[in-house]
Amino acid sequence: MATNFVVNGRRASTDAPPATPLLWVIREQLKLTGTKFGCGTGLCGACTIHVDGKRAFSCQTQVSEIAGKSITTIEGLSPDSSHPLQKAWLAAQVPQCGYCQSGQIMSAAALLKEVPKPTRAQIVDHMSANICRCGTYQRIVGAVERAAREG
Amino acid sequence: MTDLATRLPVSRRQFMVGAAGLTFAFALPGVTDAALPASERVGKEFNPWLSIAPDGTITIMSAATEMGQGSMTSLPLILAEELDADWSRVRIVPVPPIDRLYSNPAYGMIYTAGSNAVRVYFQPLRMFGAQARRVLLDNAAKRWGVPVEELTTEPSVVVHAKSGRRLGYGEIATFAEIPDKAPEIKPDQLKKASAFRLIGKDVMRIEVPEKVNGRAQFAIDVHLPGMLYGAVVRAPVEGAAPDRIDDAKARAVAGMVKVIRLPYGVGVVAETPWAAFEAKRALAVTWTRTAKAWGFDSDAGLAAFTATARDLSQPGSEWFKAGDLRDALGKAATAMDATYLSDYAYHAQMEPLNAVASVSASGDAAEIWTGTQSPTTAHEATAKALGISRDKVKLNTFLMGGGFGRRGPRDSDFTVDAVLLAKQAGRPVKVMWTREDDIQNGRFRPLSAHYLRAGMDSSGRLVAWHHRHVGDRVTPFFDPVRYEANKRRDGILMAGTELGGYDVPHQLVEQLYQDTGVRTAPLRGIGFVANKFATESFMDEIARQRGVDPLQFRLGMLAKNPRAAKIVERVAAMADWRRERKGRALGLAYIDYSGTQVAGIAEVSLDRTSGQIAVHDFWCTIDCGIAIQPDNVVAQSESSIVYGLGIALSERITIKDGVVQQSNFYDYHVPRMNETPMMHIEVIPSDNVPTGVGQMATPLVAPAIGNAVARLAGVRLRHAPFTPERVKQALG
Ligand code: FES
Ligand code: FES
Repeated sequence: MATNFVVNGRRASTDAPPATPLLWVIREQLKLTGTKFGCGTGLCGACTIHVDGKRAFSCQTQVSEIAGKSITTIEGLSPDSSHPLQKAWLAAQVPQCGYCQSGQIMSAAALLKEVPKPTRAQIVDHMSANICRCGTYQRIVGAVERAAREG
Repeated sequence: MTDLATRLPVSRRQFMVGAAGLTFAFALPGVTDAALPASERVGKEFNPWLSIAPDGTITIMSAATEMGQGSMTSLPLILAEELDADWSRVRIVPVPPIDRLYSNPAYGMIYTAGSNAVRVYFQPLRMFGAQARRVLLDNAAKRWGVPVEELTTEPSVVVHAKSGRRLGYGEIATFAEIPDKAPEIKPDQLKKASAFRLIGKDVMRIEVPEKVNGRAQFAIDVHLPGMLYGAVVRAPVEGAAPDRIDDAKARAVAGMVKVIRLPYGVGVVAETPWAAFEAKRALAVTWTRTAKAWGFDSDAGLAAFTATARDLSQPGSEWFKAGDLRDALGKAATAMDATYLSDYAYHAQMEPLNAVASVSASGDAAEIWTGTQSPTTAHEATAKALGISRDKVKLNTFLMGGGFGRRGPRDSDFTVDAVLLAKQAGRPVKVMWTREDDIQNGRFRPLSAHYLRAGMDSSGRLVAWHHRHVGDRVTPFFDPVRYEANKRRDGILMAGTELGGYDVPHQLVEQLYQDTGVRTAPLRGIGFVANKFATESFMDEIARQRGVDPLQFRLGMLAKNPRAAKIVERVAAMADWRRERKGRALGLAYIDYSGTQVAGIAEVSLDRTSGQIAVHDFWCTIDCGIAIQPDNVVAQSESSIVYGLGIALSERITIKDGVVQQSNFYDYHVPRMNETPMMHIEVIPSDNVPTGVGQMATPLVAPAIGNAVARLAGVRLRHAPFTPERVKQALG
């Protein structure tokens, strides 16, 4: 049975079994590979997307939960890397290997939507859901602060 | 949506060169593409590293694979500097796996590891750039009929100031004659540092823009038409093979295509990734019990290592020697000894291992897509697995979602998974390891025990140093070819046991080699991490025992080493070393890491009830010679510190009956943002030749924290990681 939903403003549909993690549908069926697989267990945040504007781990979101919902992935955050977070990320040269960074940016974007001017403690608290094995944390904090300031 | 397959690098040229063994001598039609990095070189070839297209596009080959460390950009930048290239017109292309042209001189193969890329390629790339620039100048001089001495260059333009004439590099490329023999450039003809336009100027790493919008391509992102998904249950112990396979449940999974027996495990291929993972979970496999690591227990193993280290009646082989240790120890006025231990640790690169392969129907040719630190071994292992020659294998390399030493073993385990499954499946296969696979089939930083003895003369000076090192072998497992080539010296295990930088006249490092059968690999900081934890902690212990400030104690031994003394003094000033903090304390460490000088200070506090250590600040100074990309040196140092923090405080692999006990980030804890200290990094300007930056600060962290805890609580932490239980035990 097909599940219908919206991804980055466009209609999408999948026949994947209801218990399938949305992550695999996004990456392997829709070929939106900016969303990454890191742990499959909700522990790393590499797969972070927005479901109806709220942060979600796509590895922990089942196909059965998304009928009629609106999904945003990193590819849909902005058409041309012009989101204030993306600009701040470049200015601070945050990415190293880059593998976690889609998830980091999507996570930060959800924070700024809810709290446009977060304190440092709020940033750290929120962003501790996302692992960066390259240890870019200090630059991430700086970039989120910058985006909040200049966004 | 464009299928990635249509955009994949299809380097005809690479294939032709590989197949025919030709040298680079012909040009391809100019095709330009704004996207960087590119997959093919275009234009006229000046040498194997460089070609210039008529439109001014400059293609530079990069021998470094990119895993976040930045050298895929830094290496071409060095060549571009001497060439005086307009950087905005440069495209970077990964080198094809032609070892004789592009091998890393330190390894004899194309391999990005050991933070040595800039160090070993710096001089040759400058030379290649300078030679190409000379060829351009000579051609312009000939065309204009003027002496070459009258010409200068601006970025990508040859200028004749007298007549006001200018020729772009692209234009020259249309008529340039390339001499058979490269022009000779004397070292003093290379650019002076003051004339650098690119080096030291923090140029944007080429792949960073694609890392903020999801477009950066990792091997795990590859899609091929008709591709299947593969998953492998690997024997928990190296050398074991499947004994009985019950695949009835796996075969019942919708979308499952085939169960494939492998020499070292059982693979499944399926139409979707979820079917592949489900089928894999449904397999029931028993294993042959002949492999070495069965029965091994890491706690018992470390206890045995410790007993061996402390038993002076068991001689080790000599790893390093200076002066006459036994004589000096015998004559010492006072002596001390101590034991330090380190556990197995796991890389935890964010991108789980994976690869894509396609094998021709007759099995006589293959193409692979993989993220590897070693194009050479990925290429070679694929050919070997199929029993074909290397020129029948086409390799496409990708950005890596972290490497840290895991992605370059001689046997290329994860790439070969895809190759073998693709061969059996008769279709292209993408193999993905789950995080659980990645940990349980991990190849770890080795287990080690260290027994140290020190002798002081009557003035209190440290004169004798004895280090007995008992550790699990790494290089013979990870890369047996390199082990033989290195005359059976296991540098990955032993590096950093020498007291580099310090003036200690009599030293002996003995190695008592162990082979547990456990899978091992280099891990960021290699031997330095465990070995400097031992040596820099013991240094501190000696100073405290003697009532000497550990800073002054170290500076006393660095009197003849001004570069080292400078970074140590500077880090102490940055941290305000002498100021006592309420409830907190500082700890210091210094390392000469393959020529790079690093020093670090940690400020810690301690929750005595839980045993939890908090690291609040970390100061670090680094002198890596000429900093090609100074901000990247800072970034790499931050990264190295966070990595070292995990190894120091929480990261621990345990093994029971040969089997890894951990399985995901809930029981293998890596640092998160809320555990990361404020980091203060200073790159000390220097005009020495560049040395490494990608991992040098990692080994500072454990000793700096341990030394801070000793100052704060008066107890010595001797076993890394410093888990809360161990801290509580130390506090008594
Ligand atoms: S892959 Fe979803 S949280 Fe790690
Ligand atoms: S940049 Fe590599 S994991 Fe975050």
